[in-house]
Amino acid sequence: MPAPDPPPAPASEARLPAEPWNDPKATPLIKIRNVIKRFDGFVAVDDVWLDIYKGEFFSLLGPSGCGKTTLLRLLAGFEQPTSGTIEIDGVDMAGVPPHRRPVNMMFQSYALFPHMTVEQNVGFGLKQEHVPRREISRRVGEMLELVQLADLGRRRPHQLSGGQKQRVALARALIKRPKLLLLDEPLGALDRRLREQTQFELVNIQETLGLTFIIVTHDQDEAMTVSTRIAIMDRGRTVQVGTPGEIYEYPNSLYVAGFVGDVNVFEGRVVEAGKDHVTVRSPESGCDIYTDRGIDAVPGQEAYAAIRPEKIEIGKAPPADARFNCVTGRVFDIAYLGSLSTYHVRLATGEVVKVSAANRSRLVERPITWEDQVWLWWPPSASVVLLS
Amino acid sequence: MSGQPAQTPAPYVSPGPQTTAFEVLERTTSAFSFYGVLARFVQWLERSGRTLVIALPFLWLGLFFLAPFLIVLKLSFSETVLAVPPYAPLVAWLEENGLSYLTVRLNLSNYILLFEDSLYVRAFLNSLRISAVATFLTLCVALPLANAMSRAPERWRALLLMMVILPFWTSFLIRVYAWIGILKPEGILNAVLIGLGVISEPLTILNTDIAVYIGIVYSYLPFMVLPIYASFEKMDPSLIEAAVDLGSPPIKAFWTITVRIALPGIIAGCLLVFIPAAGEFVIPDLLGGSETLMIGRTLWLEFFNNRDWPLASAVAIVLLAALTVPIVLFQRHQARRGSEDGAA
Repeated sequence: MPAPDPPPAPASEARLPAEPWNDPKATPLIKIRNVIKRFDGFVAVDDVWLDIYKGEFFSLLGPSGCGKTTLLRLLAGFEQPTSGTIEIDGVDMAGVPPHRRPVNMMFQSYALFPHMTVEQNVGFGLKQEHVPRREISRRVGEMLELVQLADLGRRRPHQLSGGQKQRVALARALIKRPKLLLLDEPLGALDRRLREQTQFELVNIQETLGLTFIIVTHDQDEAMTVSTRIAIMDRGRTVQVGTPGEIYEYPNSLYVAGFVGDVNVFEGRVVEAGKDHVTVRSPESGCDIYTDRGIDAVPGQEAYAAIRPEKIEIGKAPPADARFNCVTGRVFDIAYLGSLSTYHVRLATGEVVKVSAANRSRLVERPITWEDQVWLWWPPSASVVLLS
Repeated sequence: MSGQPAQTPAPYVSPGPQTTAFEVLERTTSAFSFYGVLARFVQWLERSGRTLVIALPFLWLGLFFLAPFLIVLKLSFSETVLAVPPYAPLVAWLEENGLSYLTVRLNLSNYILLFEDSLYVRAFLNSLRISAVATFLTLCVALPLANAMSRAPERWRALLLMMVILPFWTSFLIRVYAWIGILKPEGILNAVLIGLGVISEPLTILNTDIAVYIGIVYSYLPFMVLPIYASFEKMDPSLIEAAVDLGSPPIKAFWTITVRIALPGIIAGCLLVFIPAAGEFVIPDLLGGSETLMIGRTLWLEFFNNRDWPLASAVAIVLLAALTVPIVLFQRHQARRGSEDGAA
């Protein structure tokens, strides 16, 4: 399945000023064409087709077992594709062994050499190329400076904390300035606070050095934070490729909508579909859902309307225009998260709708509380209609 | 503990988290009742349990290692006599001029003979040489074997491990005898090679040093494979991938990363082969020729053929000393490296 055409980019969430994937004249740095990888009858990577451009921070996001790590290992050369081609910078990688590829990898386990100091670990790649000793020590020093480990060069890996090991692994993978850096769950072993801080450092380092990163992760927040584009993977296939904004606002399937962020889904049938609007009648919601973004569908076709919880308004009185996009129900659960509250509202049909609202004022008097009858409504731009 | 220093022997009621069932029992019954006595005994056991646990292995080693060793040491300093047992006592009462002496006669001539007679020196050196070469050969076989085993699919590993250990379940002696059948001039190996047309005349392998090497490599291979396999198996496979990824060709990465990290296991395997092989008697006796001089065989001849127990004991003591020194040095080295790693 070729990657679906990205929908017209909404307001530019992209980090880079340029969006090479929207430029038909741009040449991708990495071309993955029809790549299939089978292990003993099990298809790990199923016909993947991707273009990745220079300077991108590209994420492969998916649950474990979706083939994202296998795809990374195919790029590194540890696995050979069963069929299909991988080109890096115009060179077909078929038959190029991993130690000759212009690619470096940062391993999930970090894979630091336990018998070497931090400096020796970081310098290992240069030593393989017989770079003069003084040159190695200068570049190792620079790299340790960049990852803020300048004082720890003489330590051994077992004397480092998890965060420090992560930086050593990063420095070691970066020292050869690879055309492409592959990161396999690079922050998976760090605790949450450190992970969030490190995400931004990773992006800064990537921008400073102007390299191309491909990161494998199962953490959607991480992918959203760092990526220029994300490929969502499921059972070996890329389901959707797009910027974080596109993926979140315009998921192309229920799978993507559910994988990235929280979503309310109403199942129903298309009543009317046009170029610039769709109406879905859903028995679950009890109202017609009007969306201001057209899809290719015929009336009567089964469809799902997906609405993000934060795009729904909640109030104790019905809105002025309650013909469309308005349901009513009772609050049966409230999750107070400090900055947000998530209300679980049970509709008359039994369906539960999640609504999150920012707690702008202090919640002492609780404007909305348990068992309150509430109205939920949303603008036509809030929903997306999906056919699968 | 209830706040008081741990050393003070607390009265047998110690409230707090360590309260045992017997303490509860004891509080409810009189101190002189059956349960009171039992509770006190159990408490004593609890307190001295740690000592007992440590003492047991020491007791074992003392009984079954140290005591026999001291007997051998004593024997090596006595004189040979034609008697049963064939040695003179070290300590004896001597009656002379109406006076009694307690005499201790330390006979050093056994040791002097060992270093003067070139036979023993040669046997020692030859043993060390054969053992060193055989250890190296075993290592050459074991390294690829252990590497292949550690990379085999998980479901195969138990089976492969089993196949390495399985020969141990047959008598060592019988297995060495079997090699005679394979290696002798009209044996299986020569028959196969002549049948294949590789050679026209049977090779003389049996009763040479080569047969001894084959015997040692075959017999001691598991001792080398197991520790190396254990070190390879627990190694993170991404270490070697990382090295290759950083530009090191796979074979170089194997030596600089895998072998280097597995070095303690490799050294352990080498010691496990080298030490018993140096004192080996059965293999040189059955497979080696008359000129294959090894100290284990010399010892056997002294002991059983010449009935010279003291000299045989002296050989044993010197062999032990010669083999202990390198191990102690190695352990020192390991300990020092460990502490360096810890400090830095």
